[in-house]
Amino acid sequence: MQSKLKNRYMIPYILWIVLFVIVPILLIGYKSLFDINGNFTFNNYIEYFTSLNYLKMSFNSILYAFIITLVTFLISYPTAYFLSRTKYKNLWLLLIILPTWINLLLKAYAFIGIFSKSGEFNQFLALLGIAPKQILFTDFSFIFVAAYIEIPFMILPIFNSIEDINPSYIEASRDLGASQFTTFRRIIFPLTLNGVKSGVQAVFIPSLSLFMLTRLIGGNRVITLGTAIEEHFLVTQNWGMGSTIGVILIFAMIIFMVFTGSKGKKGRDIL
Amino acid sequence: MIKSSKKLERIYLFIVFVILYLPIFYLIFYSFNEGGNMNTFTGFTLDYYRELIEDKRLIMIVIQTFLLALLSSLVATAIGTLGAMGIYFTKNKKSKNTLLSLNNVLMVSPDVIIGSSFLIFFTVLGIGLGFKSVLISHIAFSIPIVVLMVLPRLNEISESILFAARDLGASSLQIITKIIIPMITPGILAGFFMAFTYSLDDFAVTFFVTGNGFSTLSVEIYSRARQGVSLSINALSTLMFFFSLFLVSGYYILTTKNQKKKSKAVNK
Repeated sequence: MQSKLKNRYMIPYILWIVLFVIVPILLIGYKSLFDINGNFTFNNYIEYFTSLNYLKMSFNSILYAFIITLVTFLISYPTAYFLSRTKYKNLWLLLIILPTWINLLLKAYAFIGIFSKSGEFNQFLALLGIAPKQILFTDFSFIFVAAYIEIPFMILPIFNSIEDINPSYIEASRDLGASQFTTFRRIIFPLTLNGVKSGVQAVFIPSLSLFMLTRLIGGNRVITLGTAIEEHFLVTQNWGMGSTIGVILIFAMIIFMVFTGSKGKKGRDIL
Repeated sequence: MIKSSKKLERIYLFIVFVILYLPIFYLIFYSFNEGGNMNTFTGFTLDYYRELIEDKRLIMIVIQTFLLALLSSLVATAIGTLGAMGIYFTKNKKSKNTLLSLNNVLMVSPDVIIGSSFLIFFTVLGIGLGFKSVLISHIAFSIPIVVLMVLPRLNEISESILFAARDLGASSLQIITKIIIPMITPGILAGFFMAFTYSLDDFAVTFFVTGNGFSTLSVEIYSRARQGVSLSINALSTLMFFFSLFLVSGYYILTTKNQKKKSKAVNK
């Protein structure tokens, strides 16, 4: 009876898995084997791996994603740690999550204003006696805004892992004479590594494929794998090459997931 | 010494919160600016709210975006709930794990990959780009989150209840409608809510699969932000912010209620 039950109710879901999970991945692999005129070829892959431009772009994309992840981590870890020590921590945590519910485009749009020539950021610099600078369309603005957007997704898993620590471990370490710093270094930090890992996963992969921010905030100076895919699909209409980069991005993602080695449960999903 | 370090912690958290909320309050603040730009505040006005209401195209797009979110999340919730039940009833461990990993593929894929592969999919099938393709895509990427929200609820149902129902002569349909569905309703609601916000928030996937005729709010803001700035977008952001606030507090009440129930059940 149970298998009959299963079969009948699962038809739409199984259809979804086949049509929207399996088929699209196969299609992107298939498309990557055709050139712009629709001829079967391996040239896209050959071009990708021999062209200095593509390799440089990929390297840059990984480098930027790495910097964004690092900056996000450096800001988020202390935040999560301090948050866990406040009263009403769940309320504060909710307030950290709230900005993620504001449309991403609106936040990017606000930063265009803040970073503009006569915007708030330059006025702030002027207060410190620094002459106005071009901030929008620089590496700084791109990394700042990207980190801004990713911070909540890093704080949440780290905060959860700190909350999971059995407080008696910390008391024991204190009783045995460890200083606050030693307790942090030897007990708290190692026990939160899993949270850090899922935070890094939740930030690194989306950072590799950002494309809207590179245009609006980075002014097309930064080209990520995501920008390249978008450009090939929607601007130059070279779907073959776009798919090739897509396949490479998928592989990069799989390698990264294996490296950070947990079972794909991202902080982002919990939000 | 401990006191001063507490103080430093407070200052650090304060700065983080200021940065997190800066762009949002920035948009809200200048939505009332008479001067018409986002640089100097010259005086208070509601002109841009009036302009927003008179901007028929933008209002249409807002309505479309909400209808799309409502429709896609309803369908995704239905399919996702059935899928979660299917996974729950799958007793073979291997096929259960396969189903779960397949479910999570779209959760971990970057938006560009989802967008571009769906674009290929629609063109291969000859489905025109527009409302239809966007709706199908939104349903597709919302299904896995519904499954992830419903499944833990299903796992909490003790099997003996189901056996008891069957022993007392309930049919499979009765077991599902009278026992399972009521027990997983909070999970279904949470799934629906998540699917709704996913749809409202999406930019990248929609950007790939939408044609000329159909636009959502994110896509529209993207094209307007590139052209230049109008404060009616700020006015819109302000309204959206308060709407999100409303949604989040609803969600918060929903989940804390569940948690209270849960902790009560544990205490028993």
